[in-house]
This record gives sequence, structure tokens and C-alpha cells, in this order.
Amino acid sequence: MKEYFLYTDHMTVGYQGRPLISDIELKVKKGEILTLIGPNGAGKSTILKSLTRQMNLLGGTVYIEQRPMNKMTDKEVARKQSMVMTERIRPELMTCEDVVSMGRYPYTGSLGILSKEDKDKVKEALELVHATDLAGQDFLKISDGQRQRILLARAICQEPELIVLDEPTSFLDIRHKLELLAILKKMVREKQIAVLMSLHELELAQKISDFVVCVQGNTIANYGTPEEIFQSSYIKELYGITKGTYNTEFGTVEMAAVEGTPEIFVIGGNGSGITIYRKLQREGVPFATGVLHANDVDYFLAKELSNCVIVEKAFEAIRTENYEKALKQMNQCKKVYCNLQEFGFLNHKNQKLLEIAKREGKLL
Amino acid sequence: MEVRKNHTANIRYGIAFLILIALLGILFVWNVNSGSVDLTIKEIYKILIHKKGEETSFHIVWDIRMPRILAAIILGGALSVSGFLLQTFFGNPIAGPFVLGISSGAKLMVSIVIVVLLEKRILVNSFLMITAAFAGAMISMGFVLAVSKKVEKMSMLVICGVMIGYICSAITEFIVTFADDSNIVNLHNWSMGSFSGMNWDKILVMAVVIFFVMVTTFCMSKPISAYQMGEAYAKNVGVNVSLLRIMLILLSSILAACVTAFAGPISFVGIAVPHLVKSLFKTAKPILVIPGCFLGGAVFCLFCDLIARTLFAPTELSISSVTAVFGAPIVIYVMIRRQTKV
Repeated sequence: MKEYFLYTDHMTVGYQGRPLISDIELKVKKGEILTLIGPNGAGKSTILKSLTRQMNLLGGTVYIEQRPMNKMTDKEVARKQSMVMTERIRPELMTCEDVVSMGRYPYTGSLGILSKEDKDKVKEALELVHATDLAGQDFLKISDGQRQRILLARAICQEPELIVLDEPTSFLDIRHKLELLAILKKMVREKQIAVLMSLHELELAQKISDFVVCVQGNTIANYGTPEEIFQSSYIKELYGITKGTYNTEFGTVEMAAVEGTPEIFVIGGNGSGITIYRKLQREGVPFATGVLHANDVDYFLAKELSNCVIVEKAFEAIRTENYEKALKQMNQCKKVYCNLQEFGFLNHKNQKLLEIAKREGKLL
Repeated sequence: MEVRKNHTANIRYGIAFLILIALLGILFVWNVNSGSVDLTIKEIYKILIHKKGEETSFHIVWDIRMPRILAAIILGGALSVSGFLLQTFFGNPIAGPFVLGISSGAKLMVSIVIVVLLEKRILVNSFLMITAAFAGAMISMGFVLAVSKKVEKMSMLVICGVMIGYICSAITEFIVTFADDSNIVNLHNWSMGSFSGMNWDKILVMAVVIFFVMVTTFCMSKPISAYQMGEAYAKNVGVNVSLLRIMLILLSSILAACVTAFAGPISFVGIAVPHLVKSLFKTAKPILVIPGCFLGGAVFCLFCDLIARTLFAPTELSISSVTAVFGAPIVIYVMIRRQTKV
């Protein structure tokens, strides 16, 4: 366990003496991001609060650099780990710089006056989160995205070796989510800090994490790399998804395919079908599509959004049996959509389908 | 640019302190100079600096006006620092010893002790008064804390505090009514809030007690500043939060109790002054605001006492009615501003 900056041994967490999750085994190295995912109320925040000593452990031990954390003083812990919480704070008349410099607390003297070195660290942290121009502004008057960056700067300023973040992207719009995580990733790489966080957004968790922990029910349900965890069927099970799917390739969540007999046939391929699939999905029209190659980008989406996809093996020309299947399906549909412009050797038969559709006046 | 910004901030703090000290000086002289007996500045100068002068004037300045002025300075300062500590504790700008019923709790206990001891012909000394007031303050505080665990909204907490205040005041009235005739007048004056009836012994006691509390409070500016960002972040940077919370409660209660023991309940100073001081300094940093609040409270109470004493002289107004006139609008302003911001 020596290589891990922090690890837990049979940690049990919960409220008011009632265990919520037990036998938690977490481990994170420096320069790595460990992300907790799982349904709401699973106890992600409880775990993070227990690790940052906001709450007492109900059992087990947390080790920081091989030392049990309960043997360390508040000040020692403060120099090892810092955090960004999900609860909003409303500090009165504090500039962003004031908020960030609060991170210097474990290093300043008994009256908390900042030295030259402290001020430099504050400046450096503000630069790292691209917030130098916010320094003099009132913390309460900046946007959510800016606020989250300032709080991250505060955490960085504390010069921790581990940063704990509880849903850091919760209130942010997509641009600020990406910005924040990019900063985090850069910081982890450059400063070799360990990061332990919880994330709501699976697609982001899949892309940023080195390791993922799934919290479910009263246990840690799974631990592994994003590649291992983000399997469509597992994510569906973890979150109990019944009305949609998790698309592993894109890392996106898709609504469930529309039930019913296909009314429309889409001749797809080469990405031309995606916008049509989404439009039909939104309008609640069941559709069939084909013939798609198993390595076509259209196929990855079509398999989530349609219950009737005619698929051909990758790199093979469309075989007659699949062509006939598609033709049969097309004949049962009232209308045909086709955005595909280019036809070549492999999808030559799709061109034939298009011609038939045109002849029959089904093409829209 | 960075350096310049820090520089202007420091100049601002310096000017703010100078303004407060200048106001304190002006009000001090004005207060010494006002009253039923007119004295010239020259005479006052002679009496204060050279300790010489005509005997009646000397007596008036040294034994009546000076103790009263010093009481207003010390107790006014204590009251606003108490307010600042409570606002920090509850994380809300409309908390204060008066609205949370802490002053009234102290008042109740003090009047019980006075009445009981007077019946038995025992003289009440200052320390006993402070102890009684502290006990009363802690009882009210206990109620407020119990309520604060149940209610989320700060406005509810304030309403509960005001109610506790009413109950305590009602019981105090009841006790005063049954008190010995000869003492009612004094007790009545005191229970309405007044800086009159001070003497040097009392000044000494309050100065010592409040000095120690103030030094302790000032030394705690660092953890208090961390606490302003909320309990969780304070804990995260290594503050012993439970100890700090206990200290905040104890210090604010001692300050409020001390004020009540000597001058009765005084309204709104605890909310209005910290707000004004923070606006003047444009920061809430405890290391500046704690001394700032003390000076500000002293200035505010000197000013209000001057009005209480001279506006309808020789009839004196209760200090609370004057502080309310100036303080309550500020409290309303703070509440409205907070509402619109959320």
C-alpha cells in the first residue's frame, strides 16, 4: 500500500451512529484522479465528508502516507488535504483574493497576517485557475463558474497533496464544467496532487478519471479503470436505468428507443443518420435503419435509439441476405429518409435501396 | 497594480480608524461639556489635565460625567463586539444580543438577584451583578441554541429571540412591581437601559473584565476569520471548530452580560454598529473589525447618550429609545438588503 497517498481500511461511514456504507476500501496515488459515482443518496458526500473529518468515522481507518488520520492533528491534516464542497457559502464582504488567501491558514502566524511568500502563493493559485482578474471582486458578486474556480484556488493555495471535491461541477454550465475539469487535470499532472472527487456527470467522469469507484446501496459496488466500469450494461444496473441507455463509445446517456413497429426506414451510414435518428427519437416515431456497418458511427447511436437495426460486419460489402432483410423492413415502412450522399463498393446495396424508395415515392 | 491595491486598502483602514478616533475625541469633549451645569472649555481643560478647579465643577466632571462617559465608551464597545461575535456564530448579520433575547435574559437574572438581596438588606456588588447577568445570558442563549437546531431560517430564530426577550421583560416587570418602594426608581431606570448612576468602582470592574475579554477576542481573529467562510472550510484549514463555537458563545455572552449588569438592556447597537463599521472599512476581516467595532460602539453610545441626556434636559431619555431610533432603521436596511440579495 506504500505507493498510495491515501487509502482506507474497512472504513464505515454514516450519520448519528447509523452505518450507511461499510467496508469501504479506497486508494489513491499522487497524480491520479479517483472519482466516486453512483445514484443520488448513495452516500458519496458522506464518504467525502468522513475523509475530510467533517464527520466522524464509524469504523475502520483512513491512512494518509501510511499514518492513520485519527492520530493526526487538525493542523497536520490541513497541510495534507484540502477540499471544495458542494454547499454554497456566503462570506460577507470578502474579495476573491480574501477567500483564496484563507487557504494559507495552516501556514500563517497567530494573527493570520500574510507574508510575502503567502501572497505569492495566493497569486500563483489565482493564475492557475485563470482568475487573476477576479482577485479584487466581491466573492458574492461573481458567477457560479467563477466561484467554483476561486474555491479551487483556495484549495490549491493550501498546498495540499490531496484535494477532495464534492460534486465540483454541480451548478456549472457546460463551458464552465469543462474549464474546471481541465484546470483540475492540468493541476494534477503538473503538481502531482492526488484528487478524490464525486461527479454527477458520467460522461465527464469517464473522461477525466484514472480510477472510478461505484457507490451503491450499502457498499462499494465496483472499483476499476473507466474502461472497466463504463460498460453500458453495468452503468444501467448501477443507476437502475430503465428508461434509457448509457452509450459506452460516446460516453453519453441516451433516452430509450421508441417502442412499436417501425414507421420510418432510415438509410444511414457515415454519420449521415445521426441527426435523423435524434429527430425521430424526439418526435417519438419508431424507426428502422440499415444497412449499417458495425464500425459506422451511425451504428453506435442507432443501436441505442432503434429496436430494428440491420447491421453488416465491419469492412465487408453488404451481403445479399442483409440487403433483403433491409428491403423487407423498408417495404413495411410508410416513409424513407436518406441523408447519405456517397455510395461506394461497401455500401453499394444501400444505393439500390434508395433507388427503390425513390421509385415508390416513399422518399422524403 | 497589485501592490497599489493593497496600499489603497491599507490607507482606507488607516483613515477609517482615524475617523473613529476623531469622532470619539470630539464626542468625549462634547459630553464632558454638556449638562445642567455649564462649564467653559478652559475650565474643563484645567479640571481634566491639571486636576484643579472649583470644587462643584470638579466633582461634576470627575464623579458624574467622567464615569458616565467611560461607561458609555466601554459598554458601547463591548456591546457591538458582542453583536459581531454573534453574527459570526450564526452566520447572519441580524443577530445581536438584544434581538436574540440574551440581554433580556441577563436583565431578568440581575433584577431577581437585586430584589432578593435587597429584601435581605445585602448590598449587591459589581461582580455578583455580572455573574447573575452572565447566568441569565447563558439561559437565554441556551434557548436560542436549542431553537437554532430546530429551525433553518434565521428570521425564525430572531422571532424566537424577540419572544424570549418579551417573556423575560414581562417577568422582570413583575418582579420590579413587587420590589421595595425605595429601590423601584433605580431598578426601573436600569431596566430601561441607562448609563447613569456610574461610579469609579464600577468603571474599574467593567474595564478589567471587558479588557480581558477584548484581548482574548482579538487574539482569536484568525480562527474567526476562517469561520466566516463556514464551519466546513474552517475545519478544513485546521480550526478546532467546536472549541471556537464555545468560545464565541462565552465571549459574546460575557460582553452582553457585562453591559446589561451595569447599564441594562441596550437595543440595536449590536447589529447597527458592526454593520456600519464593516461598511466603513469595506471588509469583514476580524483583525480590523473587532477593534473597529469597539471604537464604533463607543462612538455610537457616546452620541446616543449625549442625546438621551441633553435633548429634553433635565428629563433623561432611556438610552435604548435613542439607540433604537438610530439603530432600528439600519437593522431594517440590512434585512431588506439581505432579502433582495438571496
